[in-house]
Amino acid sequence: MTLIKETDFGTPAATSETMVTLTVDGFDVTVPQGTSVMRASVEAGIKIPKLCATDMVDAFGSCRLCLVEIEGRRGTPASCTTPVEPGMVVRTQTGRLKDLRRGVMELYISDHPLDCLTCAANGDCELQDMAGAVGLRDVRYEAVDTHFRAKNTSGEANPQWMAKDESNPYFTYDPAKCIVCSRCVRACEEVQGTFALTIEGRGFDSRVSAGMHEDFLASECVSCGACVQACPTATLQEKSVIEIGTPDRSVVTTCAYCGVGCSFKAELRGDELVRMVPYKDGKANRGHSCVKGRFAYGYASHKDRILNPMIREKITDPWREVSWEEALSFAATRLRAIQYELGKDAIGVITSSRCTNEETYLVQKLTRAVFGNNNTDTCARVCHSPTGYGLGQTFGTSAGTQDFDSVEQTDVVVVIGANPTDGHPVFASRLKKRLRQGAKLIVVDPRRIDLVKTPHVEAAHHLALRPGTNVAVVTALAHVIVTEGLFDEAFIRERCDQDAFADYAEFVSDEKHSPEAVESLTGVPAQDLREAARLYARGGNGAIYYGLGVTEHSQGSTTVIGIANLAMLTGNIGRPGVGVNPLRGQNNVQGSCDMGSFPHELPGYRHVNGQEVRDIFESMWGVSISDEPGLRIPNMLDAAVDGTFKGLYCQGEDILQSDPDTKHVSAGLAAMDCVIVHDLFLNETANYAHVFLPGSTFLEKDGTFTNAERRINRVRKVMAPRNGYADWEVTQMLANAMGGNWSYTHPSQIMDEIAATTPSFANVSYALLEEKGSVQWPCNDKTPDGSPVMHVDEFVRGKGRFIRTDYIATDEKTGPRFPLLLTTGRILSQYNVGAQTRRTGNVVWHAEDLLEIHPHDAEVRGVKDGDWIKLASRSGETALRTKITDKVSPGVVYTTFHHPTTQANVITTDYSDWATNCPEYKVTAVQVMPSNGPTDWQEKYEEFSTLSRRIEAAE
Amino acid sequence: MVLQLSSQEIAERTSAVVEELAQLEGPLLPILHAVQQEFGFVPAGALPVIAEGLNLSRAEVHGVMSFYHDFREKPAGRHVVKVCRAEACQSMGGDAVAERMRERLGVDWHETTADGNVTLEPVFCLGLCACAPAAMVDERLVGRVDEARAVALLAEVGA
Repeated sequence: MTLIKETDFGTPAATSETMVTLTVDGFDVTVPQGTSVMRASVEAGIKIPKLCATDMVDAFGSCRLCLVEIEGRRGTPASCTTPVEPGMVVRTQTGRLKDLRRGVMELYISDHPLDCLTCAANGDCELQDMAGAVGLRDVRYEAVDTHFRAKNTSGEANPQWMAKDESNPYFTYDPAKCIVCSRCVRACEEVQGTFALTIEGRGFDSRVSAGMHEDFLASECVSCGACVQACPTATLQEKSVIEIGTPDRSVVTTCAYCGVGCSFKAELRGDELVRMVPYKDGKANRGHSCVKGRFAYGYASHKDRILNPMIREKITDPWREVSWEEALSFAATRLRAIQYELGKDAIGVITSSRCTNEETYLVQKLTRAVFGNNNTDTCARVCHSPTGYGLGQTFGTSAGTQDFDSVEQTDVVVVIGANPTDGHPVFASRLKKRLRQGAKLIVVDPRRIDLVKTPHVEAAHHLALRPGTNVAVVTALAHVIVTEGLFDEAFIRERCDQDAFADYAEFVSDEKHSPEAVESLTGVPAQDLREAARLYARGGNGAIYYGLGVTEHSQGSTTVIGIANLAMLTGNIGRPGVGVNPLRGQNNVQGSCDMGSFPHELPGYRHVNGQEVRDIFESMWGVSISDEPGLRIPNMLDAAVDGTFKGLYCQGEDILQSDPDTKHVSAGLAAMDCVIVHDLFLNETANYAHVFLPGSTFLEKDGTFTNAERRINRVRKVMAPRNGYADWEVTQMLANAMGGNWSYTHPSQIMDEIAATTPSFANVSYALLEEKGSVQWPCNDKTPDGSPVMHVDEFVRGKGRFIRTDYIATDEKTGPRFPLLLTTGRILSQYNVGAQTRRTGNVVWHAEDLLEIHPHDAEVRGVKDGDWIKLASRSGETALRTKITDKVSPGVVYTTFHHPTTQANVITTDYSDWATNCPEYKVTAVQVMPSNGPTDWQEKYEEFSTLSRRIEAAE
Repeated sequence: MVLQLSSQEIAERTSAVVEELAQLEGPLLPILHAVQQEFGFVPAGALPVIAEGLNLSRAEVHGVMSFYHDFREKPAGRHVVKVCRAEACQSMGGDAVAERMRERLGVDWHETTADGNVTLEPVFCLGLCACAPAAMVDERLVGRVDEARAVALLAEVGA
């Protein structure tokens, strides 16, 4: 294994189809029109010295090191800013060029410390490389004024010297080493789109500045790492490299945070992870990253991580560390005992959206083949199950229709109930890039999310609807499109079911769905809504991106259907630049759904009552599979309270913290006899567990994750599991302890089994993934290269089906006692229940959950910024601090759910989506009142979890 | 004379300037000039307000503002004397003029006399090379400045 060095072509690739041939140092090279001479040379195998150019940002032409001679042209043009021309004859290495380059390097080096041996970038520094490349042997200039000496020779402080900025937890900014190439500034602008950096001053005084000469932490910086990536020297340097040294091997793998599925190079020395570097060939991220994927991996080696199996008789006992054999036989015996007593349906599993496809597949196989029931569910139940239902009913399959590259061809972007800059930051950067190029944006969200107005991006329309009225807004948009004749008749005629369209058109044309009629209900000005509808229908390629703000409602499925209707009405399906794209929350939530985690579906979304589907698995597994759909998570908990369900194997999922109505979840778990938690940490659910099986991180196993664009990405083992076994091995050992008789020796065999049983994965194999890097399902004989865009010529279900979308108000209503509406979400630096990110340096950005409240609502209640308040709903109450902001409208409050001490889900109700039981996290009627600290419940819970986490000292 | 400006006042007066000029093409420089006109300098507290108004980042506004030496971070003295330090003026004896002024005022470049009367600034070309050495007293250009004239100019502004 070696360090993967990606070629830096110096300038971005040109996309022209016209090819141009030129000669570089006597070699012919053919490149697309618009390519720079620099890039063409690299293509020809000739690297021209450079400092300010790198292929993640546009050419800048400031360093004057990449000069070349071109026949018939005067002077020595910079190769980075000179486009190729047919027949051009370029020379990259002549006496004149060598002298010029050496002269340029002398000037650079005259104001640079010569401390290479003790520098963190030693061996990984482009300035050092270039000094070598140009043959720098001597520096004729004596440095009098410098930026790098803290004091002059007589001991006076040097006013030009600036101290190192170590405020960011993950990287340092050392101005003494800066050559002011502007790569970081341009990366922040062009790639990340935050514009947090600038060059302040001019001439010799030019410096890189974060914000207004602030430290990085105080500036607008979101710590995505693009600047660190771009920096050619040690000026912006990972702290981990400073501490450990340079890595010596790398493994390409996939990030385990959100559903974007970024590819990274895990760079190591020995088995110590030095850094994660975004991989340019990663098709989801194209070389970009966010603070979580790039930096927040410290949880993998956090002291809280549990590395040995543990068991206990009762949840009030302390944990006892035992051998794997003892833990597994304890678990197996208890599960079998429950089945003996209450029947085989009394136990079940919850699969994890953070584990690999292969692991998820095994967990659902465990319940279907070994437990003998279909009691499997997954956390997608609480996030995107309505997507599965809604898109399945209308289009015929449950997945986003596009790849992320598609956004580059979009003209109108509609973001509904999603906050990409926080939840899906790398996609947000790609989206913002397109918006800066002129695409229009419509945001439908009760909060003024950052995308509504962020430097150089401004939404054309922000429809700030009242929480819970999505269906009314989406239907009103359709009303405008239909009644104003803005629909795409040809598309509908050719691609959609005519009767369904006629029925839907009649339904939606009704005056009661007009923007004017629903305005008082939704709070969205009718005129604004009409203009937004016209823009989406007639603005060119229209793409809808939506998140949990759509699905986590009592009418989540209806809104998804409404969104699909909008796309079909306007013909925005089946080509690049359009489509309906759910932004999936977790790294493998798409995969866990694909793998048959739902109680009614076998892998590939095929209902368990289909005999022909069961036949496939029955003959493969040698068992008979129940044709009865199993229990969903809420049903499992209900049954537990009723005493008919007593055993649960829960892999990589913290249902106590993430599922709604915490008190009900805890009652259900407490009523069980055998709760097996398989996780990295003693999470909140583990407080109710009898068996704890330590899990492995994404760094410690092989497998695949499937991201929001259906892309199957490889996860590669970069180090041995610290707990001894990869998660798939643990599941296999549990299955075998219960007589499963499984014998997988590598996850590739599991993928082969998936491919053999599931048509949309038919051609997927590790060999194919090795060859192509990644592939988007469906991948079978019809589409051997995978499917970047779905529904191209026809919908998966044949004809697209319009479905009526009646608005039915949620039962969760505000009233005199609970006059405010609470909606929940997440923020950039934290992830889901925070089990991982809370155990990293990311806590500097978000140490606790805060309640966002509008200044009016705060004033009426006598609440000031930062005050403790009590947040109460019909379900429960909790206390947290406030943040007063007009990002939320009056009458709406907002919080995150990253911290167990807050337990925002004590507040949320058990109302849920009519079709899929997806909980209504996004709407809870609440009251806010001043308080002086945590509630009794929080204190009791804290006490209970401390007790519950005791581990008995080994004898 | 300069009173401490409250941050609220800076924000309000800057907002008014931004509102008035935001519709111009390339509005940032005209706004910075107008803000300097308004306060006599560009207060740090004005930059985020400008950034918000033009939908730029704070960093960008800071980058532009700090690029132009003409925009001040602090209030100047009652009078501003700018002395050209560019090549043509230097070749015509500008160094001596500059030296004389510094000595007479008892301040270095960019500094203001203790009584708050005069701020001395170097400038790189006033476009008056034909009449070098050149200087500028408040808004008035002066050519062919020798040491005696320099002293006279300073006397005019009471220094």
